[in-house]
Amino acid sequence: MTDIAWIEKAIRSARPQAIGALMRYFRDLDSAEEAFQEASLRALTNWPKNGPPRDTAAWLIFVGRNAGIDAVRKRARTTALPPEEVISDLEDAEGAIAERIDGSQYRDDILRLLFICCHPDLPATQQIALALRIVSGLSVREIARAFLVSEAAMEQRITRAKARIGAGSADFEPPDAIARAERLAAVAAMLYLLFNEGYSAASTPGKARLCDEAIRLARLLLKLFPAEPEIMGLTALMVLQHARIGARFDADGAIVLLEAQDRRLWDKDMIGEGLALIDKAMRHRRPGPYLLKAAIAALHARAQRAEDTDWAEIALLYQGLERLEPSPVVTLNRAVAIAKCEGPAAALALVETLGDRLDTYFHYHGLRGGLLAELGRPEEARTAFDRAIALAGTPAEAAHIRLHLDRLNLARPQLEETRND
Amino acid sequence: MLYAILCYNSEDAVGSWSKAEDDRVMAQLGAVEDGLAQKGKLGPVARLMNTTAATTLRKSGNEQIVLDGPFAETKEQFLGFFVLDCESLEDAIAATRELAIANPGGGAYEIRPLRIFKPAPEGFRGKALG
Repeated sequence: MTDIAWIEKAIRSARPQAIGALMRYFRDLDSAEEAFQEASLRALTNWPKNGPPRDTAAWLIFVGRNAGIDAVRKRARTTALPPEEVISDLEDAEGAIAERIDGSQYRDDILRLLFICCHPDLPATQQIALALRIVSGLSVREIARAFLVSEAAMEQRITRAKARIGAGSADFEPPDAIARAERLAAVAAMLYLLFNEGYSAASTPGKARLCDEAIRLARLLLKLFPAEPEIMGLTALMVLQHARIGARFDADGAIVLLEAQDRRLWDKDMIGEGLALIDKAMRHRRPGPYLLKAAIAALHARAQRAEDTDWAEIALLYQGLERLEPSPVVTLNRAVAIAKCEGPAAALALVETLGDRLDTYFHYHGLRGGLLAELGRPEEARTAFDRAIALAGTPAEAAHIRLHLDRLNLARPQLEETRND
Repeated sequence: MLYAILCYNSEDAVGSWSKAEDDRVMAQLGAVEDGLAQKGKLGPVARLMNTTAATTLRKSGNEQIVLDGPFAETKEQFLGFFVLDCESLEDAIAATRELAIANPGGGAYEIRPLRIFKPAPEGFRGKALG
């Protein structure tokens, strides 16, 4: 890695903190972004010469703030620019500002920055695109590639989203405990959406990047809020799911089901991190939805072979999840676990209660077909599979069901990866 | 003389490396380790998980408090470390409590999971020094 590459990484990782603080100074996102851009350019010339500063974020904030003030003055054309030494002589200033840095203020800066992206008027995809642009600093081109749209279209989308969150919507008062918790929940939901946007199509180039970004931001959030069990759960959930990326697709890019994946390809470092975070979070006793989902993912990760999976425990965790977040899809997932540990009859009984609500859901008919087949009811199974094929969202999903239909060798219920949503 | 070399860097920056970049750095370090091992100088090597995975046991008087997150104060200095193989975090905390009781005074014990652990290779001269 060259020094410049290292500097670029350092700038990128300081970005949320720096932009968050600059936004607090300028009360305006565009000014903050411009100031950060200017500070980054100066870092690229200054750091290789003088060595990187000890606190990169503090440096970028300080230089960015001066640059931003310059820009304002330039625009106003009333005052002469301050001499270059004032901006460049950072040796003492850095120490001074570092002392003034108040951890909790930075924490709220970053949370605010993430939170403005979660504006309720914005559709989920725009929230995500905005967070990638503003907080992660991905280029419009990178974001466009991840969303499979043209650069121009994405540019327009981001500009519109920015205008929508624009003037006056950000609250610069330090949030109280309740507001902070609400912001945190909204941001967590947005990060999980971001993760899923990448996860669902991670074989597409550019998509997996979204998972990496979601994980990076979740780790950042966890650093700011180290005692929040749901943020531990969210981070654990994402790293445990992402750990499987190397095994989730075959050479043609088709999805490999969880039980058929080569578990040697799972990323052990990520699994280790996920398990460690779950251990920590469980000490808080009252598991929330992210933590329960993470615990389910952990049981898969812990199983050396698919047949070692502790399905009874997974069924219990889904039951806990149903209590916190009742949803027919969660119940369907519980049915999958029950099929594994109690057999197809018990699972089918549960699945049949979901018909009203999941009649247009691919996985419902897929699972039902599999269970019926297992119970020796091939005609009903065929009908269910036909319905599933009609509802398949991707060619791979349809092909998978067709395989079962063709062979009608329906020894096991076919399951999509046990996801939770 | 035995030395512990403690590595400090920005975990945000290191954490943003791609898998390929991380692998490359690990290979570079591995090459240096090999050279040291051949001279009998290399002892155990560990790479820690992120600080977000850490839990800290803080001791003041006879009281012990377990906190989420890494050791964050700067009033104390890094004085020593143990590597334990534990069944769970609870197990690790229990062991740490014993160590904290045996150790007089206050202080803090950061319990940080290891990401990589390589025991001392054969021929480590430090074994004889122990």
